Amino acid sequence: MVERVCTFFWAYSSFYKWKGEAIMSLLQVVGLGKSYDTETKVLENVNFDIEAGEFVSIIGPSGAGKSTLLRCINRMVTISEGNVLFDGANVGTLGKKQLRRLRTNIGMVFQHYNLVPRLTVIENVLHGRFGYKTTLQGVLGRFTEQEKKRAFYLLQKLGIEEHAYKRCDQLSGGQQQRVGIARALIQDPKLVLCDEPIASLDPNASKVIMDHLKSITSELGITCMVNLHQVEVAQQYSDRIIGLNQGKVVFDGSNHQLTDDRINRIYGTQTRELITV
Amino acid sequence: METITKPTYMKRKKDGSISLKSGSKSERVMRWTIILFILLTIVGFLFFDYTGLHLTTAITETAYNLKVMFLEPALNHFSWGEALYQIGITLGLAVLSTVLGAVIALFLSLMAATNLSKEWISKIVRIIVAFIRAVPTVLWVLIFAIAAGLGSEAAVLGMLFHSIAYLVKAFSEAFEEVDKGILEALRATGSNWWHVVMHGVLPSTFTYLLSWTFLRFEINFSVAVAMGAAAGAGGIGFELFMASGFYFDLSEVGFITYAILLIAIILEVLSTRLKKRYFPASVRH
Amino acid sequence: MNQKVMQKRKWQSTLFLLIIIAVTYLSAVITNFNFVDGLAAFPAAIGWIISNLLITQESLERLPTILEKLNETVFMSIAATTTAAVISIFLGLMGSKTTSLNGILSVVARFIAAVSRNIPVVAWALILLLSFGQNSVTGYLALFVGTVGFLTRAFIESIDEASQSSVEALTATGATYFHIVNKAVIPQCLPQMISWILFMIETNIRSATLVGILTGTGIGYTFDMYYKSMNYNAVALVTFSIVIAVIIIELISNYIRKVIL
Repeated sequence: MVERVCTFFWAYSSFYKWKGEAIMSLLQVVGLGKSYDTETKVLENVNFDIEAGEFVSIIGPSGAGKSTLLRCINRMVTISEGNVLFDGANVGTLGKKQLRRLRTNIGMVFQHYNLVPRLTVIENVLHGRFGYKTTLQGVLGRFTEQEKKRAFYLLQKLGIEEHAYKRCDQLSGGQQQRVGIARALIQDPKLVLCDEPIASLDPNASKVIMDHLKSITSELGITCMVNLHQVEVAQQYSDRIIGLNQGKVVFDGSNHQLTDDRINRIYGTQTRELITV
Repeated sequence: METITKPTYMKRKKDGSISLKSGSKSERVMRWTIILFILLTIVGFLFFDYTGLHLTTAITETAYNLKVMFLEPALNHFSWGEALYQIGITLGLAVLSTVLGAVIALFLSLMAATNLSKEWISKIVRIIVAFIRAVPTVLWVLIFAIAAGLGSEAAVLGMLFHSIAYLVKAFSEAFEEVDKGILEALRATGSNWWHVVMHGVLPSTFTYLLSWTFLRFEINFSVAVAMGAAAGAGGIGFELFMASGFYFDLSEVGFITYAILLIAIILEVLSTRLKKRYFPASVRH
Repeated sequence: MNQKVMQKRKWQSTLFLLIIIAVTYLSAVITNFNFVDGLAAFPAAIGWIISNLLITQESLERLPTILEKLNETVFMSIAATTTAAVISIFLGLMGSKTTSLNGILSVVARFIAAVSRNIPVVAWALILLLSFGQNSVTGYLALFVGTVGFLTRAFIESIDEASQSSVEALTATGATYFHIVNKAVIPQCLPQMISWILFMIETNIRSATLVGILTGTGIGYTFDMYYKSMNYNAVALVTFSIVIAVIIIELISNYIRKVIL
């Protein structure tokens, strides 16, 4: 609670300083719609705000549009309708340079880790710094000693420092996902988007990963949005849960407001047993 | 900023900066291979025989030639019917060497597959095949042209050699991937070697073998363009040779090139479809 | 029911076999190929090879000249392959779905590759011969063009297969196109690419022999010279030295492949 109040004040004061106007959320999604073709709408009129320092889970059946929603926030897919405002910037209308800066401020963690398998762990972590580099610096592979030390520090924090010089394809799934988290954190992001981070992992590795993600918010104060399909995990870890069904927000509230009845609404006709496997 | 408490795992380069590379053997070999490529290429250009080369005129002339070829193709020394007939000869040479090659390769690959044959037989077949592959097709063709006389026999026999070598490698690898269980089950019922091959190995690899054979047909078509001319068997390649070397008729060269290109692309499209349909992504060539 | 399916299968395979036989027969007719003659020619040819293609003391004296020419051919193949590989990397990046900058460039890259690889190397050699004349550059260019076509296709496949997910991840970190290509796509595909380059060098040495006959350069020309003057002992020596060269290169590339893949 104290933490949340602190972050609230931090967010409040920082915005007040910059904008000199009323409090603004870190992320505002207003009337967001997305369709890949003319017929099917993947997202429809999605609205929510996210404050700095929140840990939000997004749940819903597969195909509900969870992945697309996350990818609209850092514009990995184009936005069809509505607006996404991140840190005061309108994501949909950013130019190429500004878009790069936006993405630098948003880390992303993927279901299949999306590492370069042949490169070492430490190289993969440092890939997160490219957003801060000019093309030439990046192509030459110049990283400062400070960046390298920071990468080692993150690996140590995540408990995989000893694998720093191993190739990523020699690591277990859980270890690879920790490399993915380190890559996101070295960006110094304000927000981390996690797209099904534990869907390919066994229960033990899942717990390790979720604990680490939780500590990103609680220790570093970085906002986290996590797509999950396990309701239990979402309830256990998050302050707030957003339920999606067929591209629409059908639930938005704290985890204790999420009753069995509401879960059934999120997942439609599917039975609970089926989803929680 | 937080610093690392115990940098036990950090590796440093000679100049004291933190290393990022693992320094594995494969990395070293790759680096050396690339360096070697660059050096050999530079040496290669020094080795070249530059007799009678005027680069600027050559390039402008070639540009002009290509323009005439591709923009004004025409037939001047023979008719459409003749052209089709010559293409038929080239295709015919490719068919013969592929079909005969596939039949012979089938038997040889049964001997070369380690799970169907004795080790020493398999080794001998593999060594022979490696030797055959190392001799360029044109040398086989020319050698056969002396021994068997000029004509389609020399062309087909010469091309046969490489087709066999290629298909034996492909077929025997396909046989070796046959599920051990199938072979064991058949052997357990007391089937002899022929039964195992006819009822276990061939049915489960048949589509594979066919696809490989077709891939070889695609290769053999472009080989046949050259070999028909070399062995005096004729074909579209011979016409190309005449048009460029004797008549200096660029429009005709253009026409013939288009004809070859058309057929080659049709064959390629077909074989790509076959590959996508029957081959897993891991085995391509 | 089952029997019906079996019957149908049987019919299909019989029909297929008949078509193959018919096509083969037709091919034999059109090309004037005589199966009996061909069959008879084979043992006769082998006999001829054994009795005539002998490396004698006298032919060994020509070894230095032959090796020099062989060197020229090997180096030409390597130079053609590596320079073609550099072009192919760019075409491959343009042509691949994961790394292409736009659709038109992608189509252009694929078109260039398709044309250059589907026109046989001999045809390129004949076309270039007209204005470049009989020298190594003609052969080099003919091999170069064919290799660009082949390697571009191979590289497009490697890039498509290997790098989709990491490209997505790096885009999300705010990396630029060149960062992504240089630090994710190329490192990931490099072993595959080197393997293809090695394969092409082997292939090109064999094609270079044929091209050499036409362009009057390298080991192909040497072979042709001895062949036309019916010096079969020297022909045997040339053939043998090519075999040795190809096998050595094959062994080296097999070793490299084993380590890097």
